[in-house]
Amino acid sequence: MTMLGDRERLSYIASQAADARLNVELETEGMTLNIGPQHPATHGTLRIICRLDGEQVVWAEPSAGYMHRGYEKLTEVRTFPQVTSLVNRIDWLGSFANEVPFILAAEKLMDVVAPPRAQHIRTILFELSRIANVSLFLGDLGVQLGAITPVFMAFRDREYVLNLIEGATGGRFHPNFDRIGGLKDDLPKGWIDETRSVMKKLRTFCDEMEDLLFGNEIFQSRTRGIGVIPKDVALQYGLSGPNLRASGVDYDLRRDQKIDMAWDKVDFKVWTHPDGDSFARCWIRLQETREATLIVEKLLDTLPAGPVMAKVPRIIKVPEGEAWVSTENPLGEMGYYVVSKGDLGPFRVKIRSASFNNISIVPWLLRGVYVPDVITILASLYFILGDIDR
Amino acid sequence: MMIALTFPYWAQSLLRVLGGLVAVLLPAGTIVYVFLFKMMSFMQSRLGPMEAGPYGSMQLFAEVGKWLQKEDIMPERADHSIFRIAPLIVLASTFLLVAVVPFGPDAWFTNFETGVFYALAVSSISVLGILIAGWSSANKYSLLGGLRAAGQLIAYELPMVLAVVGVVIQAGTMNMQQIVVAQNAGEIFGWNGLGNPYILTQFIGFAVFMVAVQAELTQAPFDMPIAESELVSGYMTEYSGFRFLIFFIAEFATAGVFALIASVLFLGGWGVPFSWFGWHGMGDVSNWMNIVGPLIMFTKMMGLVFLIMWIRFSYPRFREDQLQRFAWKVLIPVSLVNIMLTAVLKVVF
Repeated sequence: MTMLGDRERLSYIASQAADARLNVELETEGMTLNIGPQHPATHGTLRIICRLDGEQVVWAEPSAGYMHRGYEKLTEVRTFPQVTSLVNRIDWLGSFANEVPFILAAEKLMDVVAPPRAQHIRTILFELSRIANVSLFLGDLGVQLGAITPVFMAFRDREYVLNLIEGATGGRFHPNFDRIGGLKDDLPKGWIDETRSVMKKLRTFCDEMEDLLFGNEIFQSRTRGIGVIPKDVALQYGLSGPNLRASGVDYDLRRDQKIDMAWDKVDFKVWTHPDGDSFARCWIRLQETREATLIVEKLLDTLPAGPVMAKVPRIIKVPEGEAWVSTENPLGEMGYYVVSKGDLGPFRVKIRSASFNNISIVPWLLRGVYVPDVITILASLYFILGDIDR
Repeated sequence: MMIALTFPYWAQSLLRVLGGLVAVLLPAGTIVYVFLFKMMSFMQSRLGPMEAGPYGSMQLFAEVGKWLQKEDIMPERADHSIFRIAPLIVLASTFLLVAVVPFGPDAWFTNFETGVFYALAVSSISVLGILIAGWSSANKYSLLGGLRAAGQLIAYELPMVLAVVGVVIQAGTMNMQQIVVAQNAGEIFGWNGLGNPYILTQFIGFAVFMVAVQAELTQAPFDMPIAESELVSGYMTEYSGFRFLIFFIAEFATAGVFALIASVLFLGGWGVPFSWFGWHGMGDVSNWMNIVGPLIMFTKMMGLVFLIMWIRFSYPRFREDQLQRFAWKVLIPVSLVNIMLTAVLKVVF
């Protein structure tokens, strides 16, 4: 026991207590099941310690940190433009979206505003990374439920979006395209028409998913009424993004805050669902993917001309101060609290990533569910390990 | 008739052993290549194996070679002897099962009066293998998988038996060979152009039987014992190398053998409608049916396995309690009603 941390010691005590309770009431012996760190359902190295009674979970605790890479600390030894290549890797499926709030925070400190064209392109790429991220979720959801076909469709159609991102930025997963004051480059020739046709393909993909997976009786019986998060609990645990909107809270930072992005230039619907169960969470994501394709098309229609870079000094020194900017990332609210002391790099950065808060509800949510539902609930909460362990 | 009986006993036995190997391994290999490698890939907008042999047709040999040369890993705290036996028990039940399937008028391994009864009995032996595989692996996931498998296979044994009872009532025999004859020599309201394949009169039985087969084979949507996304392949987690290979062969060979049994019970087995050639009973059937019969059986088997695999590749998985509820509250009452109807109609006609 000497090597264990406090958290693990507490987990052990709680599991012993759960055991004792079970033994007194039911006279059965429980079993501790470690779901993870190496488990196909955890998208990486999340460990969930479950006390089982038969197939029923009596107690569960997520144990994160197996993939902690210390990005908050690493940013302190990087210059501001270098930080984007680090934070790209936080949510590795929607990486462009990770750069944006950090750059916005730095711009806020420097009092620089990106030109309108740069804001538009930023928003387009942001939504594209949302589509890339969530379309993979839709396929992965099928795998977690035992349907193996949807994931291949998801990979097939996500490829088109990644090609777009690669075409504009040069990087498929880690674009590193955002600069303080604008973007590295303008869009390449022909990119806009290509994007329009891909957005149509992606909407077809959403329809396919709706037919193949969401309309399936088994899928519905596996997700409806499972893992219900009421509105107040969702707010208490600090959920954000689709997980929060699936509980009926109408909160979307794209619409609800005023930042220097182009979301206020277009009309879009923020989808909510009153149920708060696994199905609602998956359904919200499906609708948001479809909505994101529409947002991209509308933004392409209103793309202004002009430069993509504001006037910023060659060597960027961010003035002293503190700034907090958060955006509605594919996984939920992601924010950076940047403290600058007037140096080349930030003095301290605090990263608020969505998944970390989203899985904090797991102990509450998993109590009393069956083992197969553990997997569907985790899949529907949709976390990326890099987003939990920054 | 009875060509085989002119051989000495040892030659007959040798023929039967070789025939049994062919009847188990050939369908297994074909199913894996045609359905698991190719059909699944085409359904998922990819090509599947393309490098080994023309269109990847030699891929299976490459896979078998890979499995055979892998290290034989066994968990330290596993129950070693039982761990070794478990896959063999599962495979043995497949061989026992194929023993009663008739492939032609003389092309059979054994032909006894209670063939159907025997088939249903030995098909449950595989549960034993799976359960002890799950238990002896000393792995919690395997244990859960093994227990799930036991619960599931026992629950679905019952609708399967009840579905077959309808056929037995209608045919009036439990001998597999005579069930084939009864279907092909039969007639539907005096019209004998198609014989009387029981899929027409026993469609409910057929549907229940195929659902139960799907569950017995632990194919999706009934694959909780394997459940690679939650139990990490359940009872097979700790198996690697050739022991896994044996499980793998058993899985697809059993799919083939169950499809063979279903085609005997519901699709007229090896026979063609006897009226086509003016036959009236077993005695008239020509010798060439011993060659054509296995081909017909193979075709029907592929059709049925296609059905099984099609469902497997398109559906998500049930939860364990939903599966049990489906067996006890839907399948068993339906098959009981089917038996009652069959019995009443048997008396009426």
